[in-house]
Amino acid sequence: MAAVLETNAPSPTGSAELPRNDAYYRLRADIEEFLYAEAELLDERRFRDWLNLLTDDISYFMPIRRNVKFGQHGERENTRTGIGISWFDEDKWTLTKRVDQILTGVHFAEEPLSRVCHMVSNVQIKKVLPSLGDPREIETRCCFMIYQNRVEYETYMFVGKRTDVLRMTDDGWKIARREIILDQNVLLAKNLSVFF
Amino acid sequence: MPPNSRFDDPDKLVDTDRGFVSREIFVDPDLYKEELEKVFTRAWLFIGHESLIPKPGDFYTTRMGEESVILCRDKQGIVHAFLNSCRHRGMKVCRYESGNTSLFTCPYHSWTYTTDGKLQGVPHFRTLYEGLDREANSLVSVAKLAIYKGTIWATWDKDAPDFITYLGDAKIHLDQALDCRDGRSGGSEVVGVHKWIFPANWKFAAENFLGDTYHNPSHRSVDLIGIGPSAAAGKKGRRDDELEKAQHVWISFPEGHGVHSAIQPEENEYIESFLDNPVLEQYFRHCFEERKRRLGEQARLLPFVGTIFPNTSYHGRQPRGLCAWHPHSPTSTEGWRFFLVDADAPQEAKDYLRRYYMRYSGPAGMTEQDDMENWLYATAASMGTVARRYPFNYQQSLGAWTKDHALGGTVSLQITEEIARGYYARWKSYLRGAAWDELLGVGGNLPQRAAE
Repeated sequence: MAAVLETNAPSPTGSAELPRNDAYYRLRADIEEFLYAEAELLDERRFRDWLNLLTDDISYFMPIRRNVKFGQHGERENTRTGIGISWFDEDKWTLTKRVDQILTGVHFAEEPLSRVCHMVSNVQIKKVLPSLGDPREIETRCCFMIYQNRVEYETYMFVGKRTDVLRMTDDGWKIARREIILDQNVLLAKNLSVFF
Repeated sequence: MPPNSRFDDPDKLVDTDRGFVSREIFVDPDLYKEELEKVFTRAWLFIGHESLIPKPGDFYTTRMGEESVILCRDKQGIVHAFLNSCRHRGMKVCRYESGNTSLFTCPYHSWTYTTDGKLQGVPHFRTLYEGLDREANSLVSVAKLAIYKGTIWATWDKDAPDFITYLGDAKIHLDQALDCRDGRSGGSEVVGVHKWIFPANWKFAAENFLGDTYHNPSHRSVDLIGIGPSAAAGKKGRRDDELEKAQHVWISFPEGHGVHSAIQPEENEYIESFLDNPVLEQYFRHCFEERKRRLGEQARLLPFVGTIFPNTSYHGRQPRGLCAWHPHSPTSTEGWRFFLVDADAPQEAKDYLRRYYMRYSGPAGMTEQDDMENWLYATAASMGTVARRYPFNYQQSLGAWTKDHALGGTVSLQITEEIARGYYARWKSYLRGAAWDELLGVGGNLPQRAAE
C-alpha cells in the first residue's frame, strides 16, 4: 500500500481525482485537526507524545535546496532521500535520539528550551487509500511557518511546505512519511534544533 | 594597521607569552576589515574538491573571504578559479551553485566569459568598443591554485609559497583526512555540502577545530544518549572507541596550523567501532589491516581534528569532512562543510557514513548544534564596552610543550591552548603585513622535520 504513495514525481495542482463530497470535507477536517494537535504537542514540548504520533517506519526528510538553472528544478533543485547529504534524512531511531537529547537538560542548543510556535495552513488531501469512504492511508500537503525564539533576542522563521503520509492505526492517525521543503538555500539559522 | 586605527599595535591584542587575546579581534569591524585585507587575500584558502567538477565545463560556485568565486574546469580539463563578478559593472556572472556550461553570461549587459575566465562576447563590440583588450578584461583569476589529493585550494597572493610549503608539517595530518581508509593516497569524494549562517566570529569555529579538546563538556548531552556507530548496540558517547588506547598529541605548526592527532600504541590492533552494522565492522576492519600493511609503523598516526590557517578545518575520521569558515561580518560566519567518503567504498558504507555525518554535524547535527550555541553567545557577550576591556584567557598548559618531537612543530601531550596561542601569534604576523618568511615561521621558529 505504501509503495503506491512512494513517488518523487510532483503531483498535479489540486486533487482532481478526489471528489468534493461530504466524505472528502470530513476527512480534510479530521486531518486538519490532527495536524493542529500535532503542532500543539511540539509547541507544548510534549516531545515523547509527539514521537508516539510517528510510525516505527517513519521517514523524516528535509532536503537541501540548490540554486539551479531554469529547467533543472525537477531533477537537481532538491537533494534526494537515500542519497548524499540533506538537512534531515532520518528514521524513528534518530528522531528518538533527538528527543532524548533535549530531555537530558544539558543539550545547550535547546537549554533553556526555545519558544516555538508551529503554524500549519493550506492543508490539502492529495491521495487517499483505499477510498474516501474507508481512508487508511492518505497523502496530505500543507504550508508551515515555524517561529523560534531563543533565550532573549534570538529569533528564526522557518517557512516552507510539507508533504505527509498519514496512516490509520488502532491508535488513530500516525505519520509514516514527512518531507519538509524549507524555502531557503543557505540555511539562515545557526541550528535546526526544532522539529518540523 | 591604518594610521588612525585604535589598534596600532597588534601586540596589545595578542599576548601569547602571557596567554591573553583581546576580545576586540572577535567583534571589532575595523579589525575584521584588516583581516579580509591581510589574511584572506594572502593565505591559501580551501575552495572545493575535484569530485564536484569532474567533467570539462563543470563549475561550482565557491567563496574566498566574503567574495563569490567560480571554480571551473575548462574545456581542456584545467581547473580555474575566478572572482564571480563581471569586469564591466560587477554583476555576478554565475548565480547557480553548480552545473556545466560553455559560457558564463552576465545577466546585466551580456558580456560573456569562457570556462577559463576569458572575456569572449561583448555586445556591439565593433561599434562601441574599438580596441577593447579582451585579455585584460577577463574574470579576475586567483594568483595561485593547487589541487591536493582531490581538494582544491587558492590564494590571491602571487608571492605566496606553493601549497605544500604552506602546509608544512601539518601535511601528514591533513593527509590522514584525505587518504583512503585503507591507506591508499587520496581517493576521496564529496557526498554533500552543508551551508549555513551563524552569528559568531569566524575564528571561534576555526579555533574549535584547532584542537580545543577542552570544550568536551558542551557535548555532554550526546555523550549521555549515545549517537555513535555503536550506539544502537548500547555504547554511549558520540563517536567510537577507536582512539581509546592512543597517545593524543596537540601540535602547533609555525604556519599557524594546528592539529589534534593520536598515536596508536605499538601493538596497533583494530578496535571494534561499528557494532551497529556487521558489514561496516568487517569493512573497516579490513581497511585497518590494509592500512597497517601499507603504512607499517606510520599507520599508528591517526587524525582527529585540525585547522589549516586561517579558516579550513577538518575532521579526519568520524564524521570525516572539511569545513570552510567564510567570514560575513565580524559577528557572522557562513559555514560550509564538505563531507567526504572514499570514492570506491561499498555503497552500504557510504550510506551508513552519510547518515552518521548528518546526525552528528552541522546545524542539524546533534553534536555541533551545541558548538554553534557556544560560538554565538561567546561572540555576543564579548561585544560590550566593559567586556572588551577584559581579554580572553589563553593560559591553558602554558609552557607544557616540546619542540623535540618526531612530528615536528610544537607538540603537547596534554590538552592545551598552545595551538590557539600559535594560531593567534601567526594571525598577528598577517595583520602586521609580515613577509612570507615570517608567516611560515622560517628563522627562529623552524619546524623540525618528521623523522618517519
